[in-house]
Amino acid sequence: MMTTLKSESLPLRSSADVVTLRQKVRSWTAELKFSLVDQTKMITASSELGRNTVSHGGGGKCLMEVISNDIRSGLKLTFEDQGPGIPDIELALKDGYSTGSGMGLGLSGSKRLVNEFQIASKPGEGTRVTVVRWK
Amino acid sequence: MDRIPILRMGNFLLVTIQVDMHDQLALTLQDDLTSAISKNGSRGVLIDISSLEIVDSFIGRMLANISAMARILDAQTVLVGMQPAVAITLVELGMSMPGVKTALNVEAGMELLRELVKAHHLETGDDDDSQI
Repeated sequence: MMTTLKSESLPLRSSADVVTLRQKVRSWTAELKFSLVDQTKMITASSELGRNTVSHGGGGKCLMEVISNDIRSGLKLTFEDQGPGIPDIELALKDGYSTGSGMGLGLSGSKRLVNEFQIASKPGEGTRVTVVRWK
Repeated sequence: MDRIPILRMGNFLLVTIQVDMHDQLALTLQDDLTSAISKNGSRGVLIDISSLEIVDSFIGRMLANISAMARILDAQTVLVGMQPAVAITLVELGMSMPGVKTALNVEAGMELLRELVKAHHLETGDDDDSQI
């Protein structure tokens, strides 16, 4: 059975909030005793997705959860915004696809840095991205 | 507004990034560095990122941009001190930073920078033999 051991919701309105999120993810993954490489991957993924929420979603929030089942524990992050949404998710997940000024690696790249990745988006309603990295 | 200090040492500029940069700070550094190269006629830029715990696609792009802009301004750039976990993550993220010269530490980076600047002088037939 999956249980949530700890959770916190962080606002994502500015790039300073993304820095706060990164620091929080660092301390939570360290607490979970992630290896340094795994910590770095999860922090980097949170930075990419947090930036998406701020710059493409017009701001939103990130729900951080320490989750555990009978076998293992991990960190789950849920990014939510009420922005314009993504019309073609498959296209948005392609390497190098970008609507902004970035590299187009935010979504596709962060997907490679986590163990589980889910995205739901409706044009005009917003986007929700959920990622999990297990210990 | 906060800024990342840029140190001048002869023909070179030295930057040590020691804070967790928000996006605007990264952009400011990009602007400050290009202005400093042009103002001082610098031939080389050394960027130490040994204190950086992550480099995401935004910061990676900023570092690649600095290197490209510096080249256009006739200066060479060397990035030093990247942590192994950061290198692993960057490649997995999909950023291989082509065109960015790297070295393991500041000492090796300075040596590489001197060589690059020297080689560049020979190549362009630049007879400006000012001290590096």
